[in-house]
This record gives sequence, structure tokens and C-alpha cells, in this order.
Amino acid sequence: MGECPCDPGGYFIVKGQEKVVLIQEQLSKNRIIVDRDNKNQIHSAVTSSTHERKSKTHIDCKGGKFVLRHNTMSDDLPVVIAFKAMGVTSDQEILQLVGSEPKFAQAMATSLKECSMLGIFSEGQALDHIAKRIRTGGRGTWERTPRRSKRDEARELLAHVLLAHVPVVEYDFAPKVMYVAQMVRRMISAQFDEEFMDDMDYYGNKRLELAGQLLSLLFEDLFKKMCAELKRQASVELAKTSARAEAYDVTKSVREDIFTNGFNNAISTGNWSVKRFRMERSGVTQVLSRLSYISCLGMMTRIMSQFEKTRKVSGPRSLQPSQWGMLCPSDTPEGEACGLVKNLALSTHVTTDDDEEPIRRLCFSLGVEDVHLLCPDDLYEARNGAHLVLLNGLILGVHRQPHKLLATIRQLRRTGHVGEFVSVQLHPTHRSVNIASDSGRVCRPLLIVDNGTLLLKQCHLDELAAGKREWSAFIKEGIIEYLDVNEENSAEIAVSEADLRGERRTQYTHMEIDPLTILGVCAGLIPYPHHNQSPRNTYQCAMGKQAMGTIAHNQADRIDTILYLLIYPHKPLVKTRTLDLIKFANLPAGHNATVAVMSYSGYDIEDALIINKAALDRGFGRCMVLKKFTQTFKKFPNGSCEVARPPPKPSPAAAREGLRERSSQPNRFRLIDDDGLCMVGERIHQLDLLVNKHTPVNTRDDVPYSEHERLPDSALRPSPLTYKGPAGHMDTYVDRVMLSGNKNDRQLVKIRVRSTRRPELGDKFSSRHGQKGVIGRIVPQEDLPFTDMGVCPDIIMNPHGFPSRMTVGKMIELMAGKAGVLEGRMGDGTAFKGDSVAECSVALVKHGFNYLGKDIMFSGLTGEPLKSYVFVGPIYYQKLKHMVIDKMHARARGPRQVLTRQPTEGRSREGGLRLGEMERDCLIGYGASMLLNERLMTSSDCFQHIDVW
Amino acid sequence: MKHVSEGGLPAHLEKQRTRMFVKNAAPEHTSTVEAASAYAASGLENSFSIERFRRDFRVEIQSLSAEEAVFDLIGIDAALANAFRRILLAEVPTMAIEKVFILNNTSMIQDEVLAHRLGLIPIRADARVFQFRGDPPDDPNEYNVISFRLQVKCTKQRSSGASPGPAVVGCAPSTAGSGASSDAGLLGSRVTSGDLEWIPQGEQEERFRDAPIAPVHDDILIAKMRPGQEIELEAWCEKGIGKTHAKWSPVCTASYRLLPEITLPKPVTGDDATTLKGMCPTNVFDIEDLAGVPTATVARPRNCTMCRECIRHPGWDERVLLTRVKDHFIFSVESTGALPPETLFQESVKVLMQKASDIATLLKDATAGQQSEP
Repeated sequence: MGECPCDPGGYFIVKGQEKVVLIQEQLSKNRIIVDRDNKNQIHSAVTSSTHERKSKTHIDCKGGKFVLRHNTMSDDLPVVIAFKAMGVTSDQEILQLVGSEPKFAQAMATSLKECSMLGIFSEGQALDHIAKRIRTGGRGTWERTPRRSKRDEARELLAHVLLAHVPVVEYDFAPKVMYVAQMVRRMISAQFDEEFMDDMDYYGNKRLELAGQLLSLLFEDLFKKMCAELKRQASVELAKTSARAEAYDVTKSVREDIFTNGFNNAISTGNWSVKRFRMERSGVTQVLSRLSYISCLGMMTRIMSQFEKTRKVSGPRSLQPSQWGMLCPSDTPEGEACGLVKNLALSTHVTTDDDEEPIRRLCFSLGVEDVHLLCPDDLYEARNGAHLVLLNGLILGVHRQPHKLLATIRQLRRTGHVGEFVSVQLHPTHRSVNIASDSGRVCRPLLIVDNGTLLLKQCHLDELAAGKREWSAFIKEGIIEYLDVNEENSAEIAVSEADLRGERRTQYTHMEIDPLTILGVCAGLIPYPHHNQSPRNTYQCAMGKQAMGTIAHNQADRIDTILYLLIYPHKPLVKTRTLDLIKFANLPAGHNATVAVMSYSGYDIEDALIINKAALDRGFGRCMVLKKFTQTFKKFPNGSCEVARPPPKPSPAAAREGLRERSSQPNRFRLIDDDGLCMVGERIHQLDLLVNKHTPVNTRDDVPYSEHERLPDSALRPSPLTYKGPAGHMDTYVDRVMLSGNKNDRQLVKIRVRSTRRPELGDKFSSRHGQKGVIGRIVPQEDLPFTDMGVCPDIIMNPHGFPSRMTVGKMIELMAGKAGVLEGRMGDGTAFKGDSVAECSVALVKHGFNYLGKDIMFSGLTGEPLKSYVFVGPIYYQKLKHMVIDKMHARARGPRQVLTRQPTEGRSREGGLRLGEMERDCLIGYGASMLLNERLMTSSDCFQHIDVW
Repeated sequence: MKHVSEGGLPAHLEKQRTRMFVKNAAPEHTSTVEAASAYAASGLENSFSIERFRRDFRVEIQSLSAEEAVFDLIGIDAALANAFRRILLAEVPTMAIEKVFILNNTSMIQDEVLAHRLGLIPIRADARVFQFRGDPPDDPNEYNVISFRLQVKCTKQRSSGASPGPAVVGCAPSTAGSGASSDAGLLGSRVTSGDLEWIPQGEQEERFRDAPIAPVHDDILIAKMRPGQEIELEAWCEKGIGKTHAKWSPVCTASYRLLPEITLPKPVTGDDATTLKGMCPTNVFDIEDLAGVPTATVARPRNCTMCRECIRHPGWDERVLLTRVKDHFIFSVESTGALPPETLFQESVKVLMQKASDIATLLKDATAGQQSEP
């Protein structure tokens, strides 16, 4: 089908556009989070999310009293009343649930007192109290069914709305009571000990929502919509009393386009609206960026945070230690979205839901004492080592030998009896065992270490290399396992095998597969990133996405809005392991340029580059820009339609005049063929017609012509598609003309226009170390310095780029590249390993070069040796998409706006350049009043008397 | 350089004048002192003398092949040696494809890219017998244009072995290269420079009977094609110089280096000699038995690439003195193949002579004009 074998997939094609559903990051659902609110008060909150509803329950501490807050209640509800309403009427029992140690008792005292002050002692009184505070009205999440007492209503609310994720079966409130007690207990503990506070930014408290989940939400909503529609349709249909010939067939009333349209709409606009959760999100999908292969990959691993960009808080933006190995530490944009948009690391996996029930049963058979069978005091009995066992945040029960439980579950997971993505973690502070099987947890594979030795042996790797073994086999056999953030936190992970030989060897439980997996795809492009100053890697992550190169193997067949391609891309001389993994060498974006780090001519200040003209002549940095022009041919209600017409025949008079006259004025129809479309391969000039379209003048009334195709010229007015490209650029050609149909329009013509560009002054280049620069001067080869071997640099880079940027990786890349060239192999610049400088030095010396990579150079101008050694060698340079020809703009006189008669604005409208306030201030300060008058009046708002009717 | 020592500069100054010193931190004394009065105080007359130049200047050919010449230019200024290098790179004219008339191109490669590739193919044609077309270009004729035709169609190879149509130039399916397997059974899938067919104009055939005009190499890949694709074009070579576009440069590179001169101020003996010999990656040193003591000698100074490995380690920079002779250029000319390298160098000398005589004429005219004015 002409698909690119390197294309990773992972996007939707809707209405001819590639759309990516971005990964959404959220605070985890159904987990208690204790932290400080904006008044710096400790508070705990749970976002309950079930299939039916989603709501958030808070417990605040107000003046020492614990109150429960929920959307459905108009007022804060004292926790003790909630307990009583749920059937725990005895104060002692409430205290036991929260914890009977003195500090808990003291903390609860005010709350208990308040309740008795209010005179609420029984369940009924409590329910009445709640019933009065139920928020009624249209937008309650909870539809009231009529004919129920207020008390029932309150009970219903407690059972199914408040903390909805805690199941209440037949009004057995025990689990929910326990849960609320747990929340209060955690709050009290946190008041005494900061350890008990939860960190919202901790990545174990985050869940990622993937396309599948978002789509399933959408599907459920649409399905409900369809059912409702069907029901309505059916009842209308069935209500008809007229005799029916056959039995009513419900399937006929099913509207089949609900899903298609719903999905199409949501994905193409990115507006996700799920009525059930009152979810209204926009910008969920984005158009897949095909600027380069890297940008396309980078987009698929992007994570969007739900946080508002405007809030000035550093917490959610900063790099959290728990993101280690899960999210790329480098790849985040600069500016407002900094730290909120993240990228997955190389080996990250996001879990999907796993069935809870088998795990629950397993826990009970492993000796978890059921919460229903326990008296509240037993829960927190520290003496017998009891730990709470929580499954996906719900209290399952208590286990007295948590380590044993942990070990057993892990063992079962490694043998494949429990899902591979189920995580178990012992939380020492909370004295609990957390088991998680929910979806959206990020996890990553690690090698299992048993008693200081790796379970992975060389024979396994040999088998893998021989193709006898697959990835899944490693997991099945318990050599590799996936750990989520929580479990990773309690694991002891060795970074390298050297650690396993050290003294602490027996402590390790796992080992990294490869340290480079902490980086993402974009950062994987950088050679020696561990030698660079951190922000440089971040800059490169952003810049790698703008590099031109190869987009896909099928790029010649694609017609994108705009496509930047390099004509002679190189695969990088210094590669990284990540580049191999993503097959970057097949779809490269850059050139291996010979770079001399020296100063030359002064046109290299501020990171400007000096470029060798001969290199440009030979194809360095040459690129192709493919642009799309579309024209649709509309069909009108009266049956007439737009048509493409052949170019007008020269009038007999003009024909007699001959060719001379024709050539004197440019013929805009030059490109148009007899079918009314431009001819492939023709050179395009400014304002040439690409499609000679004509629109019928009369599109409303019935036309007397029977054959609409044959409308006379008089009934048509021209509505052509003209070419407008960068001014002054002549080498533009018609590359391809595609005819296509569309459901609504009669015909669609896509024209791909190609221009090949040679780098010029001001075009932007960058190395792979966040060091961008524009061409400052193009120098003929004979003027450039040369080495003993006669090598001239392609690029001269000013050494001032180094000290403040501290991109040592770039220097090492140069050395590794030079060594690689001399040895006839690729250099390796993989993060945390790669060819060492010492190795490179040895290779350089072996081939008669200086060990530092500094060579004697001769000036190309005087012919004498330069007075210092010059650091020369190959560095991979990327050409970025920002080119002068697309940006340069100047105007003397030009178009004006119709309304104000001021000069137009913007390059595309050939607008004027604004002389702004500060420029004005300068002129005032200088006293150039006449110039000021000319700029602001004569050249801008000049007017003369005009009659206006 | 005899004349200088006779004049009697102190030895260290003399050395600084004639040698550049290659030190660990940076090269020293790199520039050539040209001012006539530079050493006047020491009683040395430093002005340029054409007689002395005639007497001392030597050219020694080190190696010569069809494509590369290496020769020594001894007793010449850096400025002059550099002038030859610059002229070779940029001003010796050659013929290169400049105009491409594409009649049909259904291959993957775009017209302008194809034309650019064609332009870079070196053409074996003596540019001396052709004329520049000038600007605006003269009408094409047999003295300023060489015409080539490229007509290739890729077809599936017929098993019967029937020859393809007469108009189709099929190049043999290549067996080399890793991607060759996909080319198996295809005719004309690899368009190479060998497919360029010279179309003699006028009496060109007669004139170039002995050396027919063709690309220098037959195996330069121009394009790859699949069955059904076709390239048909005519390409015109014109005369030009490397300054305009690198495709007219007659050399791959022309460059020089200075003659290395390595001295050991004090004898390096014993283990040190072995160390020194072992340190050098280019095998410059030898060990000789001098009076029973193994002593390091500088056997092959020409091998030295100035990697400074021998002076890298502390202390060694005093034991080994790396210098280069400032007026001894080891010049190398790598021809693209259009003309033999030695001819190219002669051409470069001619270009320089022409420039000099142009200047002389201009100067004469200018002075004549000045004199006539008053």
C-alpha cells in the first residue's frame, strides 16, 4: 500500500488528516491524597471514579473539626455525623475506627463534641441532618427517584454518591466507614508527622489516560446516546396506531452513523465532551507533525498535563525524582508549557485495567484477614505487625506478615500467575501493602536480581540474538519484570553490573536494562548527552523536531500542507543506541559536516556560521520544500458546477501580432494544460495560474442549459487558483497534480509544488547539542583554512559558543566522529557509555592525528600556518526549517487597508514595518521631528480631502 | 637560504625566520617575514631578489600518477605557493555540464536535483581548446559547448534475452552493492555516468578523435529507476571556473604542507629511544647503534604528520624539536581527471602569469594616463 515500514503508527486518519490523541496526565483516581490546601490546612481528598459517576470528596479540618465536603451537599458535613449516618452511632466505635491511640482520640475530641452539641446521637438524626443539606436542583449528579423519604435519600447519597468507588452492597456501610476513618486517620497522622503527607507531584500518584480510554469514554457516551435515540424512535414508532403490515423491527431504527460521526468529530476537532462526567476537554488531539521523523515520533510519546498553564507554581513543572526512567528528563518545551508537557522515556509502558477479583481472592487465600471480620481496633494493631492491605485504594483487610505476602505475590507474578503489570508495594509509613492493578500507571521493565546475581544469563542473550527467544519469554520466565512507580520506589535498582560486583550487591533487587532508557526518543538523538549542560539537551529536544531530513520512505507519495526534505541526508557518524532502535539511519535528518572551531572574518559572531561555498555547490544543506495547493470544484443546488477551463486562445489579433507581444507581458496561463490544470514539471512564476477554475454566475435558479458541463463562457466567471510563493524565488515547479473526489464536492484537485533551495545567508542550522546558528557568511573554498591533508572545513564555528554553553558532548562528538572516520566505523555516542575520549584519542594518534583533535591549519588567504591549532572534525549538523526566504520582508510602498487606509500588516499581505512606541521615543529623543512626521503621517496616515457619501 | 647565514643573523633568529616551531600549546613563528628592512638592524637585506629566486627555486617531483601529483616547491614564498593552490581550486577552467534540457524524466529524482548531479560529474575534455560562453552567453557552437545525451529506460529483463529497443540504452544490472538483489532482473535500474552519450557537434568528432570526450568515470551513480521509469535529456557542457561553481574546479583538492624537520637537540638513547620510536604513529624515528649505544635517529621526517605525540608527555618537548621549513612546500594536486595533475599545475602558473601581465598592463596604462594628463 506504499506505507513506510518505519512508520510507528499510533495515530488516526480523519478527514485526510493524521491526528494524534495525546496522552493525558491526571491525578490518580480512587486514592486518598493528603496534602495542604491553599490555606495551608491539611486536607485529604479522593476523586472517586466509577462507571456511573465521577466526583471528588474532601475532608477538611476546620478549627480542629473534621468536616466532609462534597458537591452534592450544600454545607460541610461533620465527619462524625457521617459516621453516625452510616450506622456507627457509638462514639467509642468511631474513635476505634480512626485509631484509639491518644493522639487520635485528642484530635477527634472536638469533632465528637460538636456532634453531641448538635444533638445528633442516632442514625436517624444524622440522616435527617444530611437530608437537609442535600443540594437539590437541576445539575445534581444524582437523579432523585421520587417517592422516597428524605432519610432514604440521604442514605442513598451516602451509599452511592459519596466516595462512590467504595462499594456498598445492601447498605452494608462497613467498608465505607472504614474508608472514611482511614482518610481521617491519615489526616491526623499528617498533622503530627509530615511523612504522612502525600505529594501530588509524585509520579506514583499520577495516571496516564491513553487514546483507548478516551475513546472508550466517548464510545460509552455515544452508545448511550444511540440507545436513547433508539428508544425515542421506537416509542414514537410503536405509538402509531395505524395498522402495520409487519412486526416492528427495531434494528431499522438504529442510527448507524452516530459512532462514526461522533468519533470523527471528536478526533478531528479534539473536543472531547462526555456528558456523563460533564467532561469538556479541548485540544485532546493534535495534527501529527510530519516535520521530521523525530518530530513524528516525539509527538506520539507526548504527555499533556491537565494543569492550567497560567498558574505560577513550580511543583507540577519541576522534575520529580519519581519520574526517573518513566519520563524523559530533557524533553519538555520551553516557556509556558515547560514541565507540563512531558515525554515518555524509551522503555515506558502504560498499564491497562486488570481484573481485581482474582487478586482479591488470591489475597484472602494468602492470609489477608477480611475487613468485615475485624473489629476496628485490630486494624491498627501495631504490636502484631498488622499491615493494611489495599487493593487499588480499597481496604481489603489486614495481614500480619506483609513481607511474606509481598514476596508471594511477586513470586506469583514472576511465574505468570498474576498479571505482569500488577504492582505490590509495602508502604512503611502508612503500614500498608498497596496492590494496584488499575490502568494508566506508568511502568518500565527491569532485570530481576536475585541475591546479588542477575537472572539474565549470556545464554538468554545468545538465544535472543539467534531469534529463538522473544521479549515476552523474558517476562514469562521471570527474568524481566515491569515495575510501576510505586513499586520501583521500594526496589533497589543497580545501574550497572559493576554495582552488582560491589559491596552492597545483595541489597539489589533489580538492575536497569540500560541506563539510556531514562531518556526519551528526542533526547536519544543527542550523542553524549551526559556530557552536556542539562538545558542544552532540552533545547536540542525542541530543535530536533525542526530538523529537515527524510520524513518517511513514502515521502514522495505524500501530499502534505508543507513538507521539508533534505536532498542528500546523511546518517550520523556518531550514532547512539536509541538511533539504532528507532532506525534513524534509515530516515536521517542532517549532514556530517567537517567543522573547524575557530574564528573567521568576524561574520561568525553570535553563533553565526561560516559555510564553505564549494560544500554548498556540492549539495550540502540543499533542501526541497513541497507545498500543497488545493482547489475544490463545487456543485450547486441548481445542478451547475464549477469547471476547469483550458487557457484562453489568443485572440486573432494577438495571434497576428505574433510571439513578440506575448513574451512582453507574462502569460499567466502558461502552465495551464487543455484540462484546465497546470502541467507537471513546469516552472512556476509568481501569480501564475495553477487551476483555471470557472464558477457559474448563476448558481441559484434553474438554468436553461440542459448540459451543465457545456456552459458558455458568458455564464461563467473565472475563479482561478493562483500561485503565491516567496518573492524572488524562481526555482519552483509543479511536482504533482492529484485528482480526487470528495463526498460533498464534485472534485478535488491537489497540486504539490516543489522548490529546491540551496542554503543562503541567514538560513538556520544546528548541531545536536542545542547550538543553533545562522549562516553568517559563505566563503569560497580557496579562502578557507586547510589542514596538512588538504581538508577544508564545511562549517566554521566560533569557539565562543562553547564556554558558556558547556556542550562538552559536542566536542566529544567531534572527536568520536573523527576517530570513526579514520577507523572506518561509526562512532558511538550513547548516553552514559559510548566511545570514551581516551579511546578516540588512541584512534586519532594511530592515524597520525593529534590526540586532542587539534590540527595545524594553513590560512587560505595568506597561505601561512595559523598561529594556533584548530579543533577540526565531523559534527552532525541539522538544517532547521527556518529559512530566510520564507521570512525576509521589506516594503517601501505597498497595499493599504481599505477601512483605515493605513499600510497593511504582516508579511503575507506585504505589510509595512511598524515604527513602534520605542522607536518613536528614540526619534523624539534624538529630535528628528521631520523624520517622525514623515514616518507617522506621510508614510502612514496621510490623507487628503475625500468626499464620502 | 645560504645568503642569509652569510649575512649573519644570530642562529636562533635565523631559525625563527626560516622555520615554524610546532609546540604543544600552539605553533610559533608561523609567519614569513617579507619586509625588506625587517632585519636591517642585523645587517641583513631581506628584500626579494629575482636572481636569487631563480637560483634557489627548485621543484622536485615526489610522485606522479594519472590522478595525483606530489612535488616539492623549494625556496618559494607562502604567498606564491598559496596563489597556485587558490588558482588550482578556483581559476583553472574545465568543462562541466551547465545546461540540461530534460525531455522526459519519470524517475524518482527531481529534475533540478538530477541536473545538479549531472553538473558535478567530471568530464574528460581539455578545456583549453574551448571558449567561455560569456555573459550574456554566446550562441552555442562546437567551440563552446559539448553536448551529451542521456536516454535510459528501465525495463524488466526478458528471459529470452531479446535485445531492448534500439533507442533504449540499457545498462547492465549491477551485481555490486548490498541493494543489488532488488535490481536483479532489471535493465537500466542504475543510471550511471557511463550512460552519458557524447554527441559530437560540427567537427568535434574529428578534433577529438584521439581522446573522445566522456565522463572521467563510468560508474558514477546518477539515478536509480524501477521498471517503466525513463530519463531522456540533453546536457550541455560549458567552460567555467571553480570560482563560479565547485563543479568547474579541476581538482579534488590542491593543497600543500610544509616540510617537517625534526631535530633531537640531545641524543636520545637506550630505553628513551625505544619509547620515542614507539610513540610515533607514523614511524618517523629509527634506532641506530651509535658507538654501541642504541640512539634514536630521525629517519623519515617526511612521514611526520605533526601529531605532536612525541612531545605530548612532559619533558619530551625539550628533547624533540618539531619544526617545519617555511619555504619548502610539499604540494599535492589531486585532479578530478579532466587533465593530468602536472598539466593543471602548469595551467595554474599560466593563469598567474596572465594575471601578472594584466596587472602590469593596467599599471602601465594607469601611469601613462597620469603622465599624459598634466
